[in-house]
Amino acid sequence: MKLRSIAAVWAAKITEKVCVHIFHRQGATWAGRIALLISPTVLSELSEQVRRGSFAVCGTNGKTTVNNLLCKALEAEGSSVICNYTGSNMLNGVAAAFVLGAKTNGRLDADYACIEIDEAAAREVFTHFKPNQMVLTNLFRDQLDRYGEIDTTMDILNKAIRFVPPMKLIVNGDDPLSTYLALMSGSDYVTYGISEPVHTGRNTQEIREGRFCRYCGTQLAYRFYHYGQLGDYHCPGCGFKRPELEFAGRNVELYDGLSFTVGGKWFRSSQRGFYNVYNILAAYAAVRTAGLKAGNFRKVLSDFHPKNGRMEEFFAGDTRILLNLAKNPTGFNQNIDVVLQDEQYKELIIAVNDNEQDGTDISWLWDVDFERLGEIEGGSVTVSGIRCRDLMLRLKYAGIHAELEQDVEKALHRHIAEGSKNLYVLVNYTALFDTRNLLKRICEEEHK
Amino acid sequence: MRTTSDMKITIGHLYPDLLNLYGDRGNVACMMKRCLWRGIQAETIEFNTGDSIDFGKLDIVLLGGGSDREQRIVCQELKKIRNQFRDYIENNGVVIAVCGGYQLLGKYYQTDAGRIEGLSLLDIYTEQGEERLIGNIILKSRLSDIPVVGFENHKGRTYINSCRPFGRVLYGAGNDGKSGYEGIIYKNVLGTYLHGPLLPKNSQICDWLLERALKRKYGTVQLEELDDRLERVANAYICRRFIKKKWGRNMRYKIENAAGGI
Repeated sequence: MKLRSIAAVWAAKITEKVCVHIFHRQGATWAGRIALLISPTVLSELSEQVRRGSFAVCGTNGKTTVNNLLCKALEAEGSSVICNYTGSNMLNGVAAAFVLGAKTNGRLDADYACIEIDEAAAREVFTHFKPNQMVLTNLFRDQLDRYGEIDTTMDILNKAIRFVPPMKLIVNGDDPLSTYLALMSGSDYVTYGISEPVHTGRNTQEIREGRFCRYCGTQLAYRFYHYGQLGDYHCPGCGFKRPELEFAGRNVELYDGLSFTVGGKWFRSSQRGFYNVYNILAAYAAVRTAGLKAGNFRKVLSDFHPKNGRMEEFFAGDTRILLNLAKNPTGFNQNIDVVLQDEQYKELIIAVNDNEQDGTDISWLWDVDFERLGEIEGGSVTVSGIRCRDLMLRLKYAGIHAELEQDVEKALHRHIAEGSKNLYVLVNYTALFDTRNLLKRICEEEHK
Repeated sequence: MRTTSDMKITIGHLYPDLLNLYGDRGNVACMMKRCLWRGIQAETIEFNTGDSIDFGKLDIVLLGGGSDREQRIVCQELKKIRNQFRDYIENNGVVIAVCGGYQLLGKYYQTDAGRIEGLSLLDIYTEQGEERLIGNIILKSRLSDIPVVGFENHKGRTYINSCRPFGRVLYGAGNDGKSGYEGIIYKNVLGTYLHGPLLPKNSQICDWLLERALKRKYGTVQLEELDDRLERVANAYICRRFIKKKWGRNMRYKIENAAGGI
């Protein structure tokens, strides 16, 4: 280990402490940035010290949940793991996970690394960090102004995968785009998916990506859809089809959380949302692919309560608040499912920002099936965030009356003061951190 | 004069299976609802690849945006019906073409990866530029007495020769990032890079399209006023945010006044 890199580790650790204790902000991005400035090779030096294996987690939705669950599952098998659990998934955030996890002598004591990576940053991260396995969760339209069209994202990922030494892909076989990407990259791969139709009681007009076969251009035919373009597809033109699923979820139940079986094992989680079946399957497939038995996976699931604003529950007085991230049409539609599956009286705050990290183009709001919120009987909808006015107009077209309150804090306080019992708060990326801090503060004050 | 309840608008949404980027569905929803809210019947027919299109049955044609790959496929499809499409346009048929759809109506789109032949229905052409032009955009257009707001995201630079532009750029890039103009109006064709989607926040543009379509079909029409407060508030927010510095208090007053209270 170079002296410079040891200095980088020290500097990063100090930076992080300063950010957290003095500025009350996550310090990961700054810590990573400073470490790389001091020693540009620090990330590669540290990541080479990982003993048994490194995972990259990529894809549009579910990265943070899959990555954190995978980390917990590996830890439950007695391994020590480096993980960018906060979701800082650009180069600086990845570097931070390693430098902050390193000892002060610059050594890293880790069996595994679980690193989620933003699609747009994959190539750059891979120049420093060479994983041997990569989970590919799904590919949906997301932040078109940042990533460009979905074709561009696939192109970037394909190049990134080809750039590193051969690695094994753990791919969502129900997604024709992810499957195509796995095939195109020439990598060895294993697949997971949900092999049979699931009754969700939904009837949607969702936008489906990749309706045409990437090989021959024929429209794909489906035996069934789960959501988005995920399902059992085949191409009548050239025979491209959903691959055999090595980790096939069956018997999916979505009642008060979720449960399913895979390979004869039954798993249950209090996490809600159909999409979490995929997230859990992805993590399970990754652990198994790493050669571990995952004997403790059931317990890992029951203890898994990520405190990161993904389906995170808060209580303030009599109000139960469920906070969740929703940042693209598929994510939002899945959230609407979760809200509709809850039969109790509920109220809703939706906040949409258009900062750089959110994507400054919010036209995707029109690709979300907000019309379905009309199925909720009673309950109010409050729109908030920087683009609350656009959201309100979108809801007008969905036939849903909304109240406007740009300030999320005020909206929350009003609902709590008015005694809402069951409040859902759906926010996009940059609104998440502040809203979560706010909820933490409100709850702490309540419990004093 | 006819009552609006006897009237019907049929919208042809062309190739939503291929061209469905950037909330195009919002434009369809906007045209439909603004008819229905006035008691005018409205129907949207989606034409996917392989479907035959009878332009004689359509009052408004919507052509959205897609990726370059998808645009090539669409162009192949449209070539088969180019002449019918041309007759429809020359016969004052209403068209709204956004982004990729706008480029397709021109002669060609020259990209680094080769030339995508257009339909040559308009005397315009597009060349790929260096930078992608991405961001919020605001126009002054004769079709709306408040500014037109939207979002642009295009690598193409469209040159409209002597055609009439849709609007003058107050903020953003527009057709080619240099001329200061955006889009094109030719007869009843509106071609533009603005999505966002375009119509909901620019209700007067939507009404212009509807009015043109109704006029062509039924003669004179007078569209009933709708309650557009939410539309104007969403529009005014963008104007305030991006042009407050350049424009004096006068313009700001005008925008806020137009928005009214909510």
